[in-house]
Amino acid sequence: MTWIAIRMLTGDRQKFFGLLFGVAFSALLITQQLTIFLNLIERGATAVYNTPAANVWVMDPVTRTTDVVLPLPSTALDKVRSVQGVDWAVPMMRANANVRTPEGDLEGVGVVGIDDATLIGLPSKIIEGSREALYEPDSVFIDEVGAGRLFPPGTSPIGERLELNDRRAVIRGIVDINPSFTSTVVFYTRYSNALNFVPGTRNRMSFVLARSAEGMTPKQVATRITAATGLKARTRDEFAKDGIDFIIENTGIPINFGITVALGFIVGVAIVGLTFSLFIRDNIKQFGALKAIGVTNNKIRLMVAAQALLVGIVGYGFGVLAAVLFIYGFENSPEFKGFYVPWQIPLLTAVVVLVMILLTGWLALRSVLKTEPAEVFR
Amino acid sequence: MSAETPMPKDAAISLHNIVKEFGAGDQVIRVLHGIDAEIRSGELTYLVGESGSGKTTMISIIAGILYPTKGSVNVFGQDIYSLSDNDLVKFRLDTIGFIFQQYNLIPTLTAAENAAVPLVAAGMKRAEAVARGRDMLDKLNIADQADKLPRQLSGGQQQRVAISRALVHEPRLVVCDEPTAALDAKSGRRVMDLLREVALAEERTVIIVTHDNRVFDLADRILVMEDGRITHDGTEMPDY
Repeated sequence: MTWIAIRMLTGDRQKFFGLLFGVAFSALLITQQLTIFLNLIERGATAVYNTPAANVWVMDPVTRTTDVVLPLPSTALDKVRSVQGVDWAVPMMRANANVRTPEGDLEGVGVVGIDDATLIGLPSKIIEGSREALYEPDSVFIDEVGAGRLFPPGTSPIGERLELNDRRAVIRGIVDINPSFTSTVVFYTRYSNALNFVPGTRNRMSFVLARSAEGMTPKQVATRITAATGLKARTRDEFAKDGIDFIIENTGIPINFGITVALGFIVGVAIVGLTFSLFIRDNIKQFGALKAIGVTNNKIRLMVAAQALLVGIVGYGFGVLAAVLFIYGFENSPEFKGFYVPWQIPLLTAVVVLVMILLTGWLALRSVLKTEPAEVFR
Repeated sequence: MSAETPMPKDAAISLHNIVKEFGAGDQVIRVLHGIDAEIRSGELTYLVGESGSGKTTMISIIAGILYPTKGSVNVFGQDIYSLSDNDLVKFRLDTIGFIFQQYNLIPTLTAAENAAVPLVAAGMKRAEAVARGRDMLDKLNIADQADKLPRQLSGGQQQRVAISRALVHEPRLVVCDEPTAALDAKSGRRVMDLLREVALAEERTVIIVTHDNRVFDLADRILVMEDGRITHDGTEMPDY
């Protein structure tokens, strides 16, 4: 009877496409919004992930994320280096500054000062320039998205001079990083340069980046650092999660995206439920006739389940495909740089679509099962 | 009665003291008042009556799709309402063919596929069932319409497809609800002729609910119902 059920459904093209649209729209909305949400909050951790060499981040106990920082005294670096199990430790400074654009506009930027000797903290992907260029006077590296924002398309920023907090800076490289949550333009420079670019208070060092020695886990080293120095030490993954949690706890993003996802589900249920009910209502005489002829309720259930499943699978496929095409279609756009669709999201969408078709299928089925075969004679 | 009609044989269907009530409490309406009747194989039996006389209720009970409030219905030796729900459904599938007033064909299936529905419901493979559906359409002289959808067929053609569906699995009982009501006089007459030619057989019983006086002369037996009772049982129609 399955093929009869499928033909009953697909033969009524208007309702079939209506059902497909409902499921596809819902799947698209849920997948796309969840993907954007996840990637957006993960940007709270990009500064950590852009510094892969360090697996332990040491900071003042009140520091919460890479952007919410209370600076450390310079002595903290030696304290951390002296802890057993620390392979190496280097300073990092993160601060905000203003830059005059070539057009004369003012742009708020982030300045990251990395260890002068080792350049640990410099992103591994350098698009233009060489690491050694950072040793040249007033040298800075700019991130790719920032370069696109500050300079006209098609022009290379290499060699360009800028006023960074009223001081001369020369761009000598472009690095590839995922933008931060605020999508601020980021300049990388040596720590000693950063101190000049961003004048401030007595304590200037934002973090001590450390690496656990062989045979020690980052967690063990972080615990030892805290015990020995009284400073807060987080493993890379912990600190990345702190950045994500900060966004979740301090912004309305989860609620807003949650509302959109819920709307996707509700709209999907409404469209699919209404269209499915209309389809069943239009075919109720035929279902009644089938029951009179001798089709059991179990076979009727299978028929409706086959119809719902077909709509669910095809609609889900179209919806998720559209969402994936959307995300990867915009991957070169600065707003979506680094975005990806984790496998868990299509899986979650599949579960939501399954709930949707089970719910709407059950509602539709109720009226079929309630139909008495004798009604076909009335 | 037409001269070619086979002679009545054993009682195929026996109704004993059938009572049917609808509603509950003070709102109970008794539609059938203790009906006793026997219907024989090889006969074209008409169930005739005004609207509200109970003929649709009675045919529904005979067809095993409406439980009586009281009484028993014996179809080919089987007390059908003593069967479990599933067995009764299977009994209908194996034993009864249905022809509805509004045809109730599935609009998105072709004529041959519609004719094959009872066979598919019984578990037959699609290709084989549809082939048998085509054979049945051939017997009813509409083989050339086998691949058309119901909406592409005339009312008379649709009713022939419905007859094919009712007969394709060779049921022993065929129940028809106003099969000519939606047809003009010529088409209605042709459908009734076809029912006599194709459906009627020695081992088969055909019961037709109708109030179409244009086709009364084709009946072997006419049961007239009034107010839930059989008031006439004969080979010809009384004043109606």
